[in-house]
Amino acid sequence: MLAQEALSLKRTPLHALHLSLGAKMVPFAGYEMPVQFPLGVLKEHLHTRRSAGLFDVSHMGQIALRPRSGKIEDAALALERLVPQDFAGLGAGRQRYAQFTNDAGGILDDLMVANFGDHLFIVVNAACKEADEAHLRKHLSEACEVNVLPDRALMALQGPKAEAALARLCPGVSAMRFMDAGPQNIAGFECFISRSGYTGEDGFEISVPAAQAEQLARMLLDDPDVQPIGLGARDSLRLEAGLCLYGHDIDETTSPIESALEWSIQKNRRTGGARAGGFPGAKTILDQLANGTTRRRVGLRPEGRAPVREGAPLFSDQLATHPIGSVTSGGFGPSLNAPMAMGYVPAALAAADTQIFAEVRGQRVPMRVAATPFVPNAFKR
Amino acid sequence: MSKLYTTDHEWILVDGDVATIGISDYAQSNLGDLVFVSLPEVGRALKKSEAVAVVESVKAASDVYSPISGEVVETNADVVSDPAQVNADAEGKAWLFKLKIADKSELEGLMDEATYKKEHTV
Repeated sequence: MLAQEALSLKRTPLHALHLSLGAKMVPFAGYEMPVQFPLGVLKEHLHTRRSAGLFDVSHMGQIALRPRSGKIEDAALALERLVPQDFAGLGAGRQRYAQFTNDAGGILDDLMVANFGDHLFIVVNAACKEADEAHLRKHLSEACEVNVLPDRALMALQGPKAEAALARLCPGVSAMRFMDAGPQNIAGFECFISRSGYTGEDGFEISVPAAQAEQLARMLLDDPDVQPIGLGARDSLRLEAGLCLYGHDIDETTSPIESALEWSIQKNRRTGGARAGGFPGAKTILDQLANGTTRRRVGLRPEGRAPVREGAPLFSDQLATHPIGSVTSGGFGPSLNAPMAMGYVPAALAAADTQIFAEVRGQRVPMRVAATPFVPNAFKR
Repeated sequence: MSKLYTTDHEWILVDGDVATIGISDYAQSNLGDLVFVSLPEVGRALKKSEAVAVVESVKAASDVYSPISGEVVETNADVVSDPAQVNADAEGKAWLFKLKIADKSELEGLMDEATYKKEHTV
């Protein structure tokens, strides 16, 4: 990377640890982040699916939303003005996936929101965190205090052996199920733990005070089952799990319905529900829920072994001259042992097994629309 | 004759009229675990610096350029069926293709091994 660029990059509390572990560092969302460790992307990916991987996701934004009234319902109802999800109905100790929408029904960011009893704890994407904070302050300041938590690190421990590795330090985590979340003490550190992640595996995301992050990471890495994993494998894991990457698979021009995220919109917020609408772009989004969309995000399986990457144009047949859409994420799935991709296609071509073509280096590569996740998920529900 | 290198990280080993071409150990190390290799067809006439092959890791695709002009006389099917071989032995068994050399003068200007490795060691 260029020296000047490196100088302006921010570092996470685990930066020194990454260097000491031999990470290859790259710029990502304004941070200098580990793209891979000496194990390499392929083995890091497979290790996470087979054992447990530790990811630094401290670049992501952590925000506490505290109701000025002291009543959590007021924070939940305030947040509902910005997202199509039901938060008044989210119980204490539970977490839910959401999207900030804009007036056109597009997605400003996707986020995780947990009910911590007296406040909501929110995790947002690194590249959007300043804009998200401003968005929350602008619209929710009357009802809520918006506290950004820059002095906390965030790490994800993912994989079938994640529970055993974390339970050694914090036995309470074994009782958690998928999307449970709350404050927990680990070795005297005030952590927030959720049973979630972005790999399709069982696992945890752990928010820890920055000053104790390296110590906690080293304690987890002391377990021979746990290996440090970089952003490279994080990307192939999330793509195998069929999960969207903001700025690639979803953005301000894609609605939650076009991007096939309607499962995340609860009945209460839909037409006929108790608190239907009332979020930016509600008219468009609820209309799309009822009547469908002209395009749709789908999973794609290229024939053969050649990966089809982000940006590749998609065609309805071998000779068509006008693209019908494009690939928004694509690569090789180490567990799938095959190439995989996601992209947008016209609704008429969105059914599973529909054959379409991508253009790669001037050649048309046949691919089939496929259900996601590409690799079955292993959440502990 | 000894191995020569390009600034694009290909190596070329000349034996009479035929040159064997691959990517450097430095290149494979930077690309990471390879999952896909595509090679030119036997009989194809290649021009110097033409993008003729592709090596892809989990994360990214990379073009391989022909260091010189010539006709493809053989390709390494083993690396196509098992791209990881390039990571294991990029400058040995995992060569990519062989060319019948069109113009030996094109070899001038390529780097010798010592010059290349001075800047590009794993």
